[in-house]
Amino acid sequence: MRKSYGDPIAEDLRFVVKSVVGEENFIDMQPNRSNNFCCGGGGGFLQSGFKDARLEYGRLKDQQIQATKADYCIAGCHNCHAQIHELSEHYGAEYGVVHLWTLICLSLGVLGPKEREYLRDDLKEVNVFHPEME
Amino acid sequence: MTDQPIILGSVKKDTFLDKVKELLPDGGNLNLCLTCGACSSGCPATGLENMDPRKFLRMAALGMDEEIKKTNWVWMCTMCQRCIYVCPMQINIPQLVFNARALWPREERPKGILGSCDMALRNESCSAMGTEPEDFKFVVEDVLAEYQEAQPEFADMQAPVDKQGAEFFLNQNSREPVTEPDEMVPLWKILHLAGVDWTYGSKGWGGENYCMFLADDDAWKQITSTSAKQAEDLGCKTFLNTE
Ligand code: SF4
Ligand code: SF4
Repeated sequence: MRKSYGDPIAEDLRFVVKSVVGEENFIDMQPNRSNNFCCGGGGGFLQSGFKDARLEYGRLKDQQIQATKADYCIAGCHNCHAQIHELSEHYGAEYGVVHLWTLICLSLGVLGPKEREYLRDDLKEVNVFHPEME
Repeated sequence: MTDQPIILGSVKKDTFLDKVKELLPDGGNLNLCLTCGACSSGCPATGLENMDPRKFLRMAALGMDEEIKKTNWVWMCTMCQRCIYVCPMQINIPQLVFNARALWPREERPKGILGSCDMALRNESCSAMGTEPEDFKFVVEDVLAEYQEAQPEFADMQAPVDKQGAEFFLNQNSREPVTEPDEMVPLWKILHLAGVDWTYGSKGWGGENYCMFLADDDAWKQITSTSAKQAEDLGCKTFLNTE
């Protein structure tokens, strides 16, 4: 987001996230914005076969996320999602990693039981839309 | 690799660095390095393969093209561009890395990236999983019908493929239609509730482009052009890249 369109557009996305999870539940990682670190899933790294190097690259990102003590990390794309998900398991912190669309629909009350693959137990049963679909 | 002392000879003409400079606006500022190290100190790839961005640039500047051609590190820089952001001279190291990837014989580039690029070239979906256009269309229609019925609040929700004249053209990462189709639905719901007029394309719907990561410029262009042309043929005003 910030790479293609710059920090101002990323600020709009912050507005969306805060509106969805509530201002008090939003924690920016440090450093952030254009100073932030890449997770290591991009540029083809995820498919390059250099797994150990990729997890080592992601150590910084994992530490950043752990330092926020947040329960969930929102990932902006599929590469990030896959990489951060793996970091969460590999380094043992086990925070959830979600797509933004999941949280938007959860907050709107329209997230069905089969659309919750990446929610953890704490949110799996919350405000389920058409639970009979299970 | 660089445990050997570096012997400085006369710097060759027409080095790799010279060639990349010709390609980039302002030569990518590749001549302006102050060797301050700001790039390396904030690069998560620093230390992998005994390499870091400043070192990579210095090696290129010294004409050490053989070493540049050999290091696996070019596949470990994610081209995140953080080094450009912190560099006092805005030096474009990721472009240097990208062009170094292109020095590798195509079939020797990492198999995972190569395979995904070749899959995308197999048919007009441009999907890294090789999914055919008809299969994509089938999955979308099937999932949509299921949700329209099971969640009557969304009985009018649409997920069109090739809708002529739609405002927005959306692409789609192949992982969802192929391995977790229910994950496509939340985005459809958001677009529906926001009253957005959108469409997928039967051609060029795949959102990922591994040919770009592979540094295969022709294939990269082919995939991007297929998507762009489909959006154009459908008369869409805005291309929404969801990847
Ligand atoms: S930050 Fe820029 S000037 Fe400093 S060492 Fe890196 S490339 Fe050179
Ligand atoms: S673009 Fe590459 S060299 Fe620059 S900071 Fe990112 S990973 Fe490091």
